Amino acid sequence: MTKGKIIGILSNLIQIKVLDSVKQNEICFVEKGSQRLMAEVIKINGAIAFAQLFEAGTGLQAGDEVSFTGELLEVSLGPGLLSKNFDGLQNDLEAMPGSFIKTGQRSPALDLSQSHKFSPLANVGNTLMAGSIIGEVPEKALKHKIMLPFKFKGAYKLLEVAHAGVYKLDDCIAKVEGEDGRVHEITMVQKWPVKWPIKVYKEKSRPSDIFQTGLRVIDTLNPITEGGTAYIPGAFGTGKTVLQQAIAKNNRADVVILVACGERANEVVEIFHSFPELEDLATGGKLKDKTTIVCNTSNMPVAAREASVYVGMTMAEYYRCMGYKVLLLADSTSRWAQALREMSNRMEELPGTDAFPVELPAVIANFYGRAGITKMADNRRGSVTFLGTVSPAGGNFKEPVTESTSKVARCFYALSQKRADAKRYPAIDPLGSYSRYLDYEEFQQFSEKHIEKDWIKKVNKAKTLLSKGIEARDQISILGDDSVPLDYHLDFWKSELIDFAFIQQDSFDAIDMNSSLERQSFQLNRVLEVCDRSYEFEDFSAVSQHYKKLINLFKQMNYSDFNSEDFKKFNQQIEDEFKAEQIPAS
Amino acid sequence: MKAAAFQPVYTKIKALTKATCTLEASGVQYDELAWVDGRTAQVIKVDGSSVTLQVFSGTEGIGTKAKVVFSGSPPQLKLSPLLAGRYFNAFGIAIDDGSELQAEERDVKGQTVNPVRRQLPSEFLATGIAGIDLNNTLVTGQKIPFFANPDQPYNQILAEVALRADSDRIILGGMGISHDDYLMFREKFEQSGASDKIVSYINTSEDPPLERLLIPDLVCTTAEYFAYEKQEKVLVLLSDMTLYADALAIVSNKMDQIPSKDAMPGSLYSDLARIYEKAVQFQEGGSITIIAVTSLNDGDITHAIPDNTGYITEGQLYLKKDPESGLTIIDPFRSLSRLKQNVIGIKTREDHPQLMNALVRLYADAAEARSKKENGFDLNAYDLRSLKFAQAYVRDLLDVQLNIGPEEMLDRGWKLLSDHFEPFEIGIRQKFIDTYWPK
Ligand SMILES: Nc1ncnc2c1ncn2[C@@H]1O[C@H](COP(=O)(O)OP(=O)(O)OP(=O)(O)O)[C@@H](O)[C@H]1O
Ligand SMILES: [Mg+2]
Repeated sequence: MTKGKIIGILSNLIQIKVLDSVKQNEICFVEKGSQRLMAEVIKINGAIAFAQLFEAGTGLQAGDEVSFTGELLEVSLGPGLLSKNFDGLQNDLEAMPGSFIKTGQRSPALDLSQSHKFSPLANVGNTLMAGSIIGEVPEKALKHKIMLPFKFKGAYKLLEVAHAGVYKLDDCIAKVEGEDGRVHEITMVQKWPVKWPIKVYKEKSRPSDIFQTGLRVIDTLNPITEGGTAYIPGAFGTGKTVLQQAIAKNNRADVVILVACGERANEVVEIFHSFPELEDLATGGKLKDKTTIVCNTSNMPVAAREASVYVGMTMAEYYRCMGYKVLLLADSTSRWAQALREMSNRMEELPGTDAFPVELPAVIANFYGRAGITKMADNRRGSVTFLGTVSPAGGNFKEPVTESTSKVARCFYALSQKRADAKRYPAIDPLGSYSRYLDYEEFQQFSEKHIEKDWIKKVNKAKTLLSKGIEARDQISILGDDSVPLDYHLDFWKSELIDFAFIQQDSFDAIDMNSSLERQSFQLNRVLEVCDRSYEFEDFSAVSQHYKKLINLFKQMNYSDFNSEDFKKFNQQIEDEFKAEQIPAS
Repeated sequence: MKAAAFQPVYTKIKALTKATCTLEASGVQYDELAWVDGRTAQVIKVDGSSVTLQVFSGTEGIGTKAKVVFSGSPPQLKLSPLLAGRYFNAFGIAIDDGSELQAEERDVKGQTVNPVRRQLPSEFLATGIAGIDLNNTLVTGQKIPFFANPDQPYNQILAEVALRADSDRIILGGMGISHDDYLMFREKFEQSGASDKIVSYINTSEDPPLERLLIPDLVCTTAEYFAYEKQEKVLVLLSDMTLYADALAIVSNKMDQIPSKDAMPGSLYSDLARIYEKAVQFQEGGSITIIAVTSLNDGDITHAIPDNTGYITEGQLYLKKDPESGLTIIDPFRSLSRLKQNVIGIKTREDHPQLMNALVRLYADAAEARSKKENGFDLNAYDLRSLKFAQAYVRDLLDVQLNIGPEEMLDRGWKLLSDHFEPFEIGIRQKFIDTYWPK
């Protein structure tokens, strides 16, 4: 293997004089006494390689030895990934001893001596290709498919396959022969370089089905589809993390991969703490069992932030290949972009806007492009649905990360500072946000069939009422309460009703935090119906009185179990409220 | 501090800027401590045989033949229980008249706590200030700054909060604070009778600005010592983080780094996060809570320093003057404690979350009514009621001078609601209204 010597150090960027050939993105190790510090080559200039250290550079010296591995940054893929907590380089955090992470400390993602119950699914003589299923292993609630490794090119003949039984991860469970006559032994684990999309599928399909998040403002107003992409930009404290965690709890995916990229450690601790207790809505099992966490918090090595999102995506693609519905969440993609910026600055590259590297839009586009629905050769269907948060500087969306993401993500959930300040959570701006999937014919057909007839018409009606309300509010604040026609007050209060009764949702309330599609459709119909009724009001304060009472009742309903006694009682009280208003005021 | 005997002495400086000097040297470690003409410096770049040092007290008067000696190790600090009650400067040298400390030295750049070994912070940290305990409840192990304009008495409030909160140890890091404020801290600490649980590292506005860069590491290392090794409940005070960030910008500028927003280094987020993430609740019982000050320029929180801070900390406490009463309050709108969920309604009374939100929402209605009035519109009956409510809310709860218990705050809250509103107007769960609405 190639060796080299450090000749320059600037924070976590090292320059290495190399004695032989090196690859772009090759992994190397600085040998420092008993420590081995991992780094990735990010630029090569003649005999000098620039590498980003996945550690702090403290104590390094010019002349320190570096050995190159010949390999890119790879992850291990196999049974046992679910419910693990990894760092950004797929080290198993639980397996590390002590309260502190020591410099250069590593621990393998999968314990190869672990045994699993393997059942063969392919028959000797079968022709296999990368991604073909050889057998399966029960993993939590899933059947973890063991596939022909993705690095295998061309067709292979299955020579031998292990009988059903218990095997260690690194035991040979099959032998295959390539077209060149060479025989390969297959284990239950394979490796894959994280920056390469896993493309062993036959085709990608257009999204059609809704991906349920349990949040009304998303599912109803701007739905994301299975295999879809979305981004959530918002100033600090506007609710990005709460929103993602709510989605991580409410979804019906088979696998959830949460990437905490350059954010707070306590937010991850919160997940460690709550997920083992929570129920998975899809299976009734434990939420933790289908969730894998990749956590590279802001005080962990900056260079590993970039790695962490790719590690998460690669594991998501792996489960997608098995035929599962995977949800990938990354918080926050801006931290990853900032890590790129830090390195680019240290390498004294000519910067783009706001000192970000010029290739940023391309990097982001490629990453979002990895999501989607795939069909394998045997037509098994899997999906990766991806939602990333963006943390724009100063809360201003006119900045490179937000703008680059807007070009590739299909749903936009804009968090509004104004709504957050007013504690109108989730602070997603209902009109400023969008879902491009609403225009997909595939989704329209889906909603007609699986949600209800004329669903999208109703959704649009709610949006129209909301925007009329905003206009009315502007007029009222310019002209004053008394100087506008009563209709303005009606319009305004209808939009407030939709906001309070439907859009706002309390993510910290055990009942309100999650709303089924059935409940959402009931609720939307109920709210629209209430808005449609017309009454004579004496004056504008009578209008606000009336709607405040309705809002209160709708909120009480939201805090009650769907169709419970309380729920029905409050629903009835809404009717009573109308009867009361029927009595002429004079 | 002395150099190890075998270290050579260099006397040929190649280049000097206001903050750095560059020379040829060999065997130098990255981050190593050195002395340039007796001034403390640190290695910040190695490029072949050429080494760049950051000179903390500035390079004024340093000649090209100045003596440069390397220490052979990164910055270190003496740790011992005897630190308690003492005052030090940015180099860890005593500035009180106490004796020199005999203790083992440790590297100040500590390691990261493994996230899976952290405990969920969930112990309520009461301060008696309703703007904090009621609206933005603090939890041990949290990190949170005060955002404050220069005209706000933020250091006084910081000292007050620190002394009222329950802790085993307080570590103060002063960065560019005025000498008057330094004396104020000393006096308050001494008056409180708790001064022997406090350790202070002080850099005032009279000291060279780059020396500030050393303070957070000293503070955090000391905090970690007491919290992890002694399992104490440690409260860290850092004031003023804006001046710390300004010093970072000076160094990065002298290093020819491309600045990002507001002339700040592109790594500002990571630099600040490294400090704030030291806040932790250890499984073994000790904790570090960080309360900082980020002074603002004309209330501008979109500036890179408060902006990056907000993205890192677990909320912010926004100090402001109430326009009507002139009282200092913690702004209920822009302030936030993100860890309050871990305690409110759990460690505090069940009605806490909903009551707090209702009060803030109604206070927002009052703000709207006020702007309506300012624009010359007639106010309706509801507007007038909400304005009355807002006045009472500031007087009975928000005023930072008040010192009240958590139950009392909730009771006062319900009283305010029932004095000014009808139950259907407050948007609180019926169950709580039935129990707590004053009869
Ligand atoms: N849906 C919600 N319901 C109730 N409170 C919420 C909701 N969303 C956000 N909040 C409040 O806002 C706080 C901040 O939310 P969150 O941590 O999600 O912000 P963020 O956008 O991720 O900020 P940052 O960019 O700094 O990480 C929460 O701690 C909570 O108090
Ligand atoms: Mg967040």
